[in-house]
Amino acid sequence: MFENLSDRLDSVFKKLKGHGTLNEKNIDDGLKQVRMALLEADVNYKVAKSVISDIKERALGQEVMQSLTPGQQVIKIVNDEFTRMMGSEHQGLNFDGSSLGSIMLIGLQGSGKTTTAGKLALYLRKEGRKPFLVPVDVYRPAAIDQLKKIGQQLDVPVFESTTEMKPLKICQDALLAAREQGCDTLLLDTAGRLHLDEELMAELKGIKQGINPSEILLVADAMTGQDAVNIAGSFDKALDLDGVVLTKMDGDARGGAALSIKAVTGKPLKFIGVGEKSTALEAFHPDRMASRILGMGDTLSFIEKA
Amino acid sequence: AKTRKVLTTDINELFGPGKAIDEVLFEELEELLITSDLGIDITMEMMERIKKKSKKLSSAEELKQVLKEELIDLFPNTSTDTSTGTSDTAKEKPVTKPHVIMVVGVNGTGKTTTLGKLAMKFTSQGKKVLIAAADTFRAAAIEQVEIWADRSNSSIVRHKAGADPAAVAYDAVEASIARDIDIVLIDTAGRLHTQKNLMEELKKIKRSVNKKMPGAPHEVLMVLDATTGQNAISQATLFNQAVELTQIALTKLDGTAKGGIVAAISSTMKLPITYIGVGEKIEDLQEFDASRFVTALFD
Ligand SMILES: Nc1nc2c(ncn2[C@@H]2O[C@H](COP(=O)(O)OP(=O)(O)OP(=O)(O)O)[C@@H](O)[C@H]2O)c(=O)[nH]1
Ligand SMILES: Nc1nc2c(ncn2[C@@H]2O[C@H](COP(=O)(O)OP(=O)(O)OP(=O)(O)O)[C@@H](O)[C@H]2O)c(=O)[nH]1
Ligand SMILES: [Mg+2]
Ligand SMILES: [Mg+2]
Repeated sequence: MFENLSDRLDSVFKKLKGHGTLNEKNIDDGLKQVRMALLEADVNYKVAKSVISDIKERALGQEVMQSLTPGQQVIKIVNDEFTRMMGSEHQGLNFDGSSLGSIMLIGLQGSGKTTTAGKLALYLRKEGRKPFLVPVDVYRPAAIDQLKKIGQQLDVPVFESTTEMKPLKICQDALLAAREQGCDTLLLDTAGRLHLDEELMAELKGIKQGINPSEILLVADAMTGQDAVNIAGSFDKALDLDGVVLTKMDGDARGGAALSIKAVTGKPLKFIGVGEKSTALEAFHPDRMASRILGMGDTLSFIEKA
Repeated sequence: AKTRKVLTTDINELFGPGKAIDEVLFEELEELLITSDLGIDITMEMMERIKKKSKKLSSAEELKQVLKEELIDLFPNTSTDTSTGTSDTAKEKPVTKPHVIMVVGVNGTGKTTTLGKLAMKFTSQGKKVLIAAADTFRAAAIEQVEIWADRSNSSIVRHKAGADPAAVAYDAVEASIARDIDIVLIDTAGRLHTQKNLMEELKKIKRSVNKKMPGAPHEVLMVLDATTGQNAISQATLFNQAVELTQIALTKLDGTAKGGIVAAISSTMKLPITYIGVGEKIEDLQEFDASRFVTALFD
């Protein structure tokens, strides 16, 4: 749909005969194209602005490498900056050696929390743990049923929540039930909620205080637009996230929200959802995200070798 | 850390009394448009237009008015295509009975909830509504839509989980003809527009409805999440290619996302935005109003 960034950059730099130095003038033209690409990918306006100014600082005065065109050189600098921002390695879950771990999944309505709970259950079981699914959503119609069915499909035990129970009570009772059933990792599937909803945000804080989960993960939709900074910023401020799961990455969204979320929270993106099935979960690899956001495909792997 | 305190621009500050029209103002406006998810193309176009017009204007307040009008113009006038009984024009349409509305969209946008809200709206107008539980895929999707049927006093046609959704839709239309139903609402499973086989399945649902009742479905409503950014264009384009959309509902406008991307969809695809979702409750459905929508971008 969009013209490739590298083509655009090449046309910006074609005046620059052969190889030269990136200077104030030519770098600005190039960075304008980078900025457009970031905004088209849904990177937040302010985040894009600060990324661009950081990149400019790094780029000024750089000699263009023999093996690269100036356009490719700019992309390399952008890629290096992305890697610096996103971190270069995958970060897993951390249970701090506690005998009974718990992962709390939170996020906006429809982001993919319940589905991700099932995916993580499968993942943890493969890691040798004994997961316990806990429906904490007492609001959405048939939310408990949904997780129960997922548990049945995977043959993972599910806590017997009812819509009459209070969410905190569910979590507390589930801790006891997990031990009784020989499980060691709770997956708390909370109801979707708006970050603006003070009452429901307070409910999450109450659960956090009450059971001190090992991991609080924000489940966010890869198709999220500019608002990603508000959403992630608010959830992080209220709950001090341990990480993020980015869902629906199997689509064609460029996923600029990943960069926005990282910039605002500083928290690692840990997993990506790549489908509706319980097996469709992958470790998040920060380096692959850059080429996706920039819409670059193979160009980047070529440049990375330079 | 720099970006942390950014969040929203206070537009009143932007247009406060005595505020001059200058580069700073233009930059702030550009930020407002981009952060509302209007997209880079429309933003650039709007900025160019208001810059041209600004020469004849003396205050930021006037400029804001011009910008608002330009934005409202992106939404084609409510056409006769809008949904049944919601506008005066719709009443002039030949009444088909049943009137079949198929609800489509990507995963988790609010299709089932919007369908439940619509069912309520119609039953409270005294219409007989039947819901087709044609999401046979997602865990407990049938149980979920059953609760909405119950809440809205609608009847429901359901098969077992995993059944062919086209068969559910077919049976629902058949039952509706037999039972003198006014409105059929078909709940379909969420699917990404890029999944070819699932888009084929959607076409098949449409075809099977049409086989039972020529002319049906009379409406194909795409439900779009206001939190979505530029990907919404790809969604609308591919769903439209597959099943020819007739209208769009924009959900989750009770959050902080502005849903500006509908302006691009509405203006380039000439698709009317008919409803907005403003919460999870059955009454949280409103008719879309371009002028109120645009005003809210400036809140
Ligand atoms: N294609 C795709 N669909 C996904 C992915 N993750 C979740 N979904 C779908 O997204 C929709 C919403 O998922 P849920 O798990 O119900 O989301 P939720 O956050 O629990 O929703 P609420 O509880 O209502 O807030 C469902 O149709 C899921 O099948 C993913 O990675 N890819
Ligand atoms: N805040 C808010 N939440 C909404 C709105 N509309 C729907 N939701 C919530 O969004 C979540 C997903 O809604 P569903 O109606 O299940 O979405 P869907 O498109 O049918 O999802 P799939 O069938 O899984 O693709 C639920 O938690 C709803 O309560 C809205 O207008 N505002
Ligand atoms: Mg859920
Ligand atoms: Mg649904």
